[in-house]
Amino acid sequence: MKKKIFLGLLAAVLVFGAGTILGRVTKKDVVISSSTGGASYSGGFKSDGAAIPAGGIHSVAGPAPTHIVVVKEGESIQAAIKAAPKGTIIRVMPGTYHETVYVDKDDIRIIGVIDKGRRAVLDGQKKLNDAILYSGNNFVAENLEIRNYKGNGIMGQAGNNFEIRNNVIAESGVYGIFPQLGQNGIVEHNVVSGIADAAIYIGMSDNILVAHNDVFDSVAGIEIENSRHAIVEHNYVHDNSGGLLAFVTPGLPIKDTVDVIFRNNFVVGNNHKNFGAPGSTVSGIPAGTGILVMAADDVVIEGNVISDNKVSGIIITDHAHAQNITADPESDPNSDRVKILENVMLNNGYDTITEAKALALADGMVSVKNLDIVRVGPSPGSCIINRHQYQAVGVSDFADCEFTNTATTINYLLPPVPPREIKPGERGRVVFLGICSGCHIYNGRMIGPPIQAIQALYMDNPQGLADYIAKPQKKRDDYPEMPPQDYLDPETRLAVAKYMLQVTN
Amino acid sequence: MIRALALMVAAVGMASASAPAPRADFTLNTTCPPSFEKTGAGVCELRTLYQFYDSLEGRGLGGTRTALPPHRDGFKPQQIDLGRYLFFDPVLSGDGTLSCASCHDPARGLSDGRPRSIGIHGADAGRAAPTLWNVAFLKRYFWDARADSLEAQATGPLFSPKEMGNTPAKLLASLNGNPTYRRLFQEAFASDSGAITEKQVYAALAAFQTSLISLNSRYDRYVHGYDAALSEREIEGLNVFRSFVARCSECHTPPLFTNEQIAVIGMPEPAGRAFDIGAEATLGSPKLKGGFKVPTLRNITRTAPYSHSGAFSDLRSAVDFYNKGRGNAVPKGMHLYLHWHISDPDLTETEVDRIVDFLGALTDETFLPQTPARVPSGLALTQRGVVK
Repeated sequence: MKKKIFLGLLAAVLVFGAGTILGRVTKKDVVISSSTGGASYSGGFKSDGAAIPAGGIHSVAGPAPTHIVVVKEGESIQAAIKAAPKGTIIRVMPGTYHETVYVDKDDIRIIGVIDKGRRAVLDGQKKLNDAILYSGNNFVAENLEIRNYKGNGIMGQAGNNFEIRNNVIAESGVYGIFPQLGQNGIVEHNVVSGIADAAIYIGMSDNILVAHNDVFDSVAGIEIENSRHAIVEHNYVHDNSGGLLAFVTPGLPIKDTVDVIFRNNFVVGNNHKNFGAPGSTVSGIPAGTGILVMAADDVVIEGNVISDNKVSGIIITDHAHAQNITADPESDPNSDRVKILENVMLNNGYDTITEAKALALADGMVSVKNLDIVRVGPSPGSCIINRHQYQAVGVSDFADCEFTNTATTINYLLPPVPPREIKPGERGRVVFLGICSGCHIYNGRMIGPPIQAIQALYMDNPQGLADYIAKPQKKRDDYPEMPPQDYLDPETRLAVAKYMLQVTN
Repeated sequence: MIRALALMVAAVGMASASAPAPRADFTLNTTCPPSFEKTGAGVCELRTLYQFYDSLEGRGLGGTRTALPPHRDGFKPQQIDLGRYLFFDPVLSGDGTLSCASCHDPARGLSDGRPRSIGIHGADAGRAAPTLWNVAFLKRYFWDARADSLEAQATGPLFSPKEMGNTPAKLLASLNGNPTYRRLFQEAFASDSGAITEKQVYAALAAFQTSLISLNSRYDRYVHGYDAALSEREIEGLNVFRSFVARCSECHTPPLFTNEQIAVIGMPEPAGRAFDIGAEATLGSPKLKGGFKVPTLRNITRTAPYSHSGAFSDLRSAVDFYNKGRGNAVPKGMHLYLHWHISDPDLTETEVDRIVDFLGALTDETFLPQTPARVPSGLALTQRGVVK
């Protein structure tokens, strides 16, 4: 494992060496910045007119539904979801449930009931793939315990405005909590452990808050990958191979990671043996890494207690120095504009990898016993404050930051976005064009009869037409029977009928 | 449901069989194809239920109710219809034996049913003909992503000596020498009155191809809110497909079932064929050796055999390849930067079957284009290259 992250290191050593020799001549004076007060970094996110209350936003899924369904042990959570209209709280009573739960509708909340310490446990028995898959918006999962799945604990695919909190997830496959391709989400107060990749993995998502989680005994603690505007704060990240990660992984359709704030976390003793799957990106993390920044831009590291990580407290690298990382011409491979503010760094890098020792040596540090920060590869525009506090390699060209904190940024969450209103007329028109126009045109013969002929039959009877398309009967010898369109809901069928009866060409 | 679909496909066949005989002269359609609306400006714009949804960063990738990626539309109906004639006309090939439809046959999922296409004089074209369904949404073309527009793509097969074997000069000479085509081009590109240009030919072909829309499968009905559109088995398959054990949807991402990235997955070549370096050549990146563009899975049951060179004769063996483990077909001694999602999923045989079941729910050919009864060149519509 050790060698994987620092491929091509010898070349880097030479470059660093040369830089150091030049650097020694003009060694900077010690600059001491107060960690309380001073200018604040405002982050990179503009909310584009969304009204953010003064205290920030702490809930994104909208008002809780009033419709509640209770699932008891022995019953199926999925059956309840299937039967539920959108806008339902599924309350799951304590007990054990062996199932994969999927949510493809909006406004579903799965809330476990904890009774005298007994939780609703989803147990995959190492046979089932994922515990919860959701693609609906405004999804909430709370108070659950998830164990023994092979894939993920909770995985989101494009659901927006999600809240995942107060869950216990253990030994559940590749990722514990993995929202992907979503916007505006909260992952907080979860206890996640024993995960073969990242305990909490934010993938290709925007406007995210990851807070107050306890993540341990996993290959990676919390990973922010190909995502923008994420805050990771107040988490206890310990005993993983790598603690906090901000990555750009090549080959994904969204190409960058920008504006990530790691602040006020405990990043402690992340020295777990790396048990990542061969070929996975995290299998290259040197076990003993506190924070790892790879190709991500505008990562702020502030107010963390980073201690007892044996390789290094912080590693900043690029794609070129990470082994087994493929290429992506559309991704910038460097970690640009890293900002290291005040952090407490203790006893890191006490048993580091050979490559890091070589880098330290090349940077003029002889017989170094600790390493807090290792930077390899280009990192333009980066800055640091109070650099004299740290044993650091490769940050001599970092500027002094012009700010000392991120206090003015509460978080990057947005108000719950109300569902888009689609007027029936608009829906009718689009359904007609998108579906019906394959068989019907205004005044010609296609697979079905012309609309003019349909209008003649149903002009004053849109409901009759709406009923007919749900259950067509063969009417015309010279046309094939129409397939039923009963998959459209009654409202949509009526909207289509009304649209068809008023078109004029 | 499958019966309903079969009925619809049959219906399409009946319609073309019973369509009125073409008039003596060729005319261009003034109405837009299905799924398109003619705007006040007289151009065709796409309409689908997916336009009611959003997607992260407007990229058109995600889960069920996710918007589509940005697309090409806005062509005049006459340009689309002219493109249709060109598409089916063997006059586009060097010896008048092959049309675009020879390898992108409406009866074969807009592909050709062959492991690799057969070009002019029986040449092995080297790679499989990709389906043209939903190409309006793509940003790069060819298995190795070497073209960034439909117009640029068209020049590939037209002028490849292994495919249609034509030259730009000969193509323009034959079209300009045809009074019908001259008239149709003037009608379609009203502002131009001179000779037919290469640019117009590519634009018309692009216009036609952007009209090939397939977004009304049973999966789509499920997405739009009709739970019963998928059977229990297909839903099980969907859940395996998008699970993080199988990870299919990580690259074959809805709603198009491709994320359009280059992925190195280490698929085998058919016996006796040399390793294909794929996108390494396009992008000049050795790390992308053996990388190919992730293909869409829409209408996938219609386009066997599978892979860039037809290594898999049926869908189940293509799915099973991924279940045989990371790097199971990488040539000995070759190092590939295999995609990290290529893993050892260890799915059960039943799970593999369910994925295949689910893929069957992605079929929708209701907007299959009409094959013209005859084409302006007067050449016979060739069926060479099609396995009948």
